[in-house]
Amino acid sequence: MNTTPSRMDRRTALKWMLAAAASTALASRYAQGQGPAPAAQGYGTDPDLLKHYKPGDVWPLTFTDTQRRTAAALCDVIIPADDRSPAASAVGVVDFLDEWISAPYPAQVADRGIVLPGLAWIDAESSRRFGRVFAELDATQQAAICDDICHAATAKPEFREAARFFATYRDLTAGGFYTTPQGRQDLRYVGNMPLATFDGPPPEVLRKAGLM
Amino acid sequence: MALITPDKLKSSYDVIVVGSGAGGGQTAYTLTLEGIKVLMLEAGRNYVPETETPMFETPDQAPLRGAGTPDKPFGFHDSTIDGGWTVPGEPYTCANNERGRKFEWWRARMLGGRTNHWGRYSFRNGQYDFKPRTRDGLGFDWPMDYADLAPYYDKVEMLIGVYGENDGLENTPDSPPGVLLPAPKPRVGDLLFRKHAGRLGIPVVAAHRAVLTKRLDAGNLPARLHPGNPAAQRLVREAMEGRAACYWATECGRGCAIRATYQSTTVHLPPAMASGNLDLVTNAMVREVTTAPDGKASGVTFIDKTTGREHRAAGRVIVLAASSGETVRLMLNSKSARFPQGLANSSGLVGKYLMDTVGASFTGQIPALEDLPPHNEDGAGGAHVYAPWWQYQEQLAGKLGFARGYHIEIDGGRRLPGMRTAGGLEWVTGGSYGRKFKEDARRYYGSFMSFSGRGDMIPNEDSFCELDPAVKDKWGIPVLRFHWKWSEHEIRQAAHMQQTFADIVSAMGGKMRQPPEKDGAKAIANGGVIIHEVGGAIMGTDPAKSVTNQWSQTWDVPNLFLTDGAPFCSNADKNPTLTIMAQAWRAADHIVAELKKHNL
Repeated sequence: MNTTPSRMDRRTALKWMLAAAASTALASRYAQGQGPAPAAQGYGTDPDLLKHYKPGDVWPLTFTDTQRRTAAALCDVIIPADDRSPAASAVGVVDFLDEWISAPYPAQVADRGIVLPGLAWIDAESSRRFGRVFAELDATQQAAICDDICHAATAKPEFREAARFFATYRDLTAGGFYTTPQGRQDLRYVGNMPLATFDGPPPEVLRKAGLM
Repeated sequence: MALITPDKLKSSYDVIVVGSGAGGGQTAYTLTLEGIKVLMLEAGRNYVPETETPMFETPDQAPLRGAGTPDKPFGFHDSTIDGGWTVPGEPYTCANNERGRKFEWWRARMLGGRTNHWGRYSFRNGQYDFKPRTRDGLGFDWPMDYADLAPYYDKVEMLIGVYGENDGLENTPDSPPGVLLPAPKPRVGDLLFRKHAGRLGIPVVAAHRAVLTKRLDAGNLPARLHPGNPAAQRLVREAMEGRAACYWATECGRGCAIRATYQSTTVHLPPAMASGNLDLVTNAMVREVTTAPDGKASGVTFIDKTTGREHRAAGRVIVLAASSGETVRLMLNSKSARFPQGLANSSGLVGKYLMDTVGASFTGQIPALEDLPPHNEDGAGGAHVYAPWWQYQEQLAGKLGFARGYHIEIDGGRRLPGMRTAGGLEWVTGGSYGRKFKEDARRYYGSFMSFSGRGDMIPNEDSFCELDPAVKDKWGIPVLRFHWKWSEHEIRQAAHMQQTFADIVSAMGGKMRQPPEKDGAKAIANGGVIIHEVGGAIMGTDPAKSVTNQWSQTWDVPNLFLTDGAPFCSNADKNPTLTIMAQAWRAADHIVAELKKHNL
């Protein structure tokens, strides 16, 4: 149930986003990034490699509630649940995305400058087309937007910047997902366990690859 | 235990070794097992692979899913400590930062240096590689032949353990029977590569890598390595017994807790330490080599990085094995009235003829590798096969337009998923998302194969390093300034790599994201990026035209030796580490003999 303040917040945010989308090209907001780059420290040049880390352990997470909700919706559009594995948000990918865009390193700061404006853009675009933010759209509506931005090479000129955001976001989502135990299992990765012998590819693999 | 703090230094040592990587490790090993008292100084911290290596940690247990950052450029779980392309407080500069002119310098401030994370490729230079000038008129001949180094290649391979096969190929030497360990079985992508590259006339054979595919023969090898030296045999046997065979998991770049791969820290240093003849000081940043009035080296000064205090150590012989760049830097910083241009630099050649390996790469997507039945492809934590250079005769006949060759390393397969496993797929999927994307990720997983060329670079006048006139590190020690330029030979070689890789991908029925780069200058990696920096103090037969003789002994200062890559006067396509070790062993044998004769 929505409380009044949060509705106000969302309306205010929406207004701001729509105004921003109308008055400023996405490209220039990409260049500026959105919000200051994190001031946090990295893990340094001699971190404990045996420790198991989770997002937020080394630097603080910075998604706002709005960003987090949109991020979760979009990563589940990219990697939804199916019969082999859960949706991205169900295995911690949103926390990972937050860790990534909150990191103090140059590549991640650059991605922050793509992801945060991109999330704002997709909410603004959702509101423009359907009057609701992305997370509140139905699957058909979400697909209508994603179909326009999912392939940078063929995206219409007005969607080209957004398509670049989508490509980055899909890569990050996939990276976050397929590195989890569920993601490895989805790919049928077999390994990372000690073996007495290495036997090479079994016959069915050689047959499939046309080698026997 | 011989790990000491500077206040425990003995008043003098037979030999001081600066650096603990492949060159320093081998030098200290050989000397200490012959009863020589050695002090080793390492600029980085102590490092214990047995307890510090993340053997089974997965990317989701690391920050950023293990992706590389400036703090850990090769990924979070890579073994490199306090290093990478930059080291805080220890800058270097480039005279020109443009692509192709810039030099990028990888350092590791840790015991064992770069041997902890290296690719473990262990190739012998061939006959041609020691006499390149005689063969094609370019570069420099080594003041020695393959036959001079061959016994040391044998010994190093037996000591560290190298898998591979003897293929009888041109300029790709075989090892004697019983020296190499069995090669691991090829992966499915290796077999496809072998089949299709073979049709193009490119031989694909077992890679040679320093990984134990079975345990070393601790009963027999020590006697072959150290005949007539029972104490050394016992120490080496014990060290070999402490090494397990590869258990077919974990990328070698993380290092190896079970000591199945060669690292200086797991192979060279344990027997050296156990001999009781080695004192080791870590966090010891050497500032300069000191000299006595007679012009001989007398010791070194170093900064204890834990206290900032400067110390002195004295030795009869000084061995620099700090990496080509750091060795050159030390020599140039060791100026005195007698050596105003830096130590052992009467030729003016210290810093000159710096080389790296030519590198260019290409990726193909191979439909025959799509949707394969699940199976374990971890293997020996690195490549199982490679393609040695195959066009020696066409090249010598001038048909290729560049003078030196390259070998091909490949990578791919159904490996432990990381950040990039299902990334960048848009060019094959057409931009899928949702359920279709998940199907695509499964389909394409393991179907990409990357090809990396590793080629011979000819030393040239425009690739060198010198002291930066202004910039100093945090201890006030002047830093290196690099100058770099590829010649047409390397640039055309890189273009040839691109075309070859595209031909191989086509032959495999594969898809390419973009056509091969025809402009070699755009395909070639920057100097230093392959991390095979050698040269800078080349060996030769003429003191006016070289810095050392064939024993890596400087002409000007007879008790100063360089046992890293600095004395290399050519850089064959073969990865340099095995040759560094073989030559270090040979130089150390020479030091032992000269010490016994009281010539040093």
